[in-house]
Amino acid sequence: MAEFLSLHDAVARYVEDGATVAMEGFTHLIPFAAGHEVIRQRKRDLTLIRMTPDLVYDQLIGAGCAKKVIFSWGGNPGVGSLHRLRDAVEKGWPHRVEILEHSHAAMACAFEAGAAGLPLAVLRGYVGSELPNVNDQIKFIECPFTGERLAAVPAVRPDVSIVHAQKADRKGNVLVEGIVGVQKEAVLAAKHSIVTVEEIVDDLTAEPDYHPNACVIPGWAISAVAVAEKGSYPSYTHGYYPRDNRFYKEWDTIARDRDAFSQWLDANVYQQVTNPAGGAS
Amino acid sequence: MSLDYTSSEMMTVTAARALENGMTCFVGIGLPSEAANLARLTHAPDVVLIYESGTLQTKPDVLPLSIGDGELCESALTTVSVPEMFRYWLQGGKVSVGFLGTAQIDRFANLNTTLIGDYHDPKVRLPGGGGAPEIATNAGEVFITLKHSRRAFVKDVDFVTTLGFGRDGKGRDGVPNIGRGPTRVITDLCVMKPDPETKELTVVSLHPGVTREDVVEATGWEIRFAEHLESTPEPSAHELEILRDLKARTDRKHAGE
Repeated sequence: MAEFLSLHDAVARYVEDGATVAMEGFTHLIPFAAGHEVIRQRKRDLTLIRMTPDLVYDQLIGAGCAKKVIFSWGGNPGVGSLHRLRDAVEKGWPHRVEILEHSHAAMACAFEAGAAGLPLAVLRGYVGSELPNVNDQIKFIECPFTGERLAAVPAVRPDVSIVHAQKADRKGNVLVEGIVGVQKEAVLAAKHSIVTVEEIVDDLTAEPDYHPNACVIPGWAISAVAVAEKGSYPSYTHGYYPRDNRFYKEWDTIARDRDAFSQWLDANVYQQVTNPAGGAS
Repeated sequence: MSLDYTSSEMMTVTAARALENGMTCFVGIGLPSEAANLARLTHAPDVVLIYESGTLQTKPDVLPLSIGDGELCESALTTVSVPEMFRYWLQGGKVSVGFLGTAQIDRFANLNTTLIGDYHDPKVRLPGGGGAPEIATNAGEVFITLKHSRRAFVKDVDFVTTLGFGRDGKGRDGVPNIGRGPTRVITDLCVMKPDPETKELTVVSLHPGVTREDVVEATGWEIRFAEHLESTPEPSAHELEILRDLKARTDRKHAGE
């Protein structure tokens, strides 16, 4: 059963230096508050997995938390580059970061395989692509029934997955709705999981919060639930607040320059206190 | 009477006209999304648009900035998980056309969105593959739209992120259970199609006011022209009005956020 912890305590307990961490949310519900907490606690040598690193990993990379990034599309959606990711890959600032890149289809399948407890995912993918030349985790296998050549990638099995959701109830059951991405798969694939939520409601299995098919992740499948209001800002939480597209555009200027980025990080992450909201009581 | 329009508008309208009612289109963000929604708002109201964020049959009122804007979900028939989107809907063969943009394209319509330069010492690191590698092979066919320039249209891409027809034009030969690949490339100067035999991109239609020399100048290989070169029809007043309204609505929405 999920334990209600403060975000500070959840990150301190489950995110260890050197861990493999997946913070998921496909454009929607990106767990920024948790990412900032990881930065504040100065976690190091993390292997960061995310289909779309987005601003949250740009920030973690620039802050020096990442050893390796596994991803499938590393841009600022609708805007351009992730400059901290590029600076780390192209110039080694603040240090060299190793990358391993996939396609979306392969990563989505790899998360699903992780949730399903399988060692690998099989897909009709990477046909004619040169990504297998630069990623030794992409292999090809022959279907034992038809002989068709199919791509195989290892399952994603993070030490800890972190996702954001609309709400949890007092038993730690979690409601995720809108664009659900690979959040459920990420939680089920991981050894430990932290779910941050906008609010705690009484009971998701009773009116007025009952949603029969709205991706309820049972509390007993989650390690920790932490309240983080506006925890996915500047990404969005469907039904709560919109994506701050303006900030995504501003990030291009902030992240382009090392000093501007460091100042932003100092003012907006290091000098902010951890979201004090915590338990469900 | 000739209307006033920009080369970008010419490109978007031409790209939109490639889509028809009855198609199910897996839409890339940016120019493809603009064209696909223009098609939906003009001649193809029943075209089904799906985005890799999981939104099926979406009808956004404004163009999304990102592939997962709330607008796409709110105006969708339904929203599925990302694994379901790629496995059931795309790989399962439910998509008739993938509509993609790219940073670099070569003469065999291979796409590079990974990097410029050497993989281990890149000059410019680009975002990466995203959905494109499987969209390009699992959709029935592929439309590509991008602005024409020597930087974008190169003889050989630095990296094949996404298969067109391979480095020798034969990349799809004998591969079972994949789509036909790129069937047209729409730029701000012209429309290209792969040669039926060699698969090399060939100009089949020039936009009004564009010369062969303009295309040669903006293409990084010795571009061929079809024997019967056509002239792309101009945008209609109706298409231009709908497109400009859509863009104005989009700008207002994103500026206000």
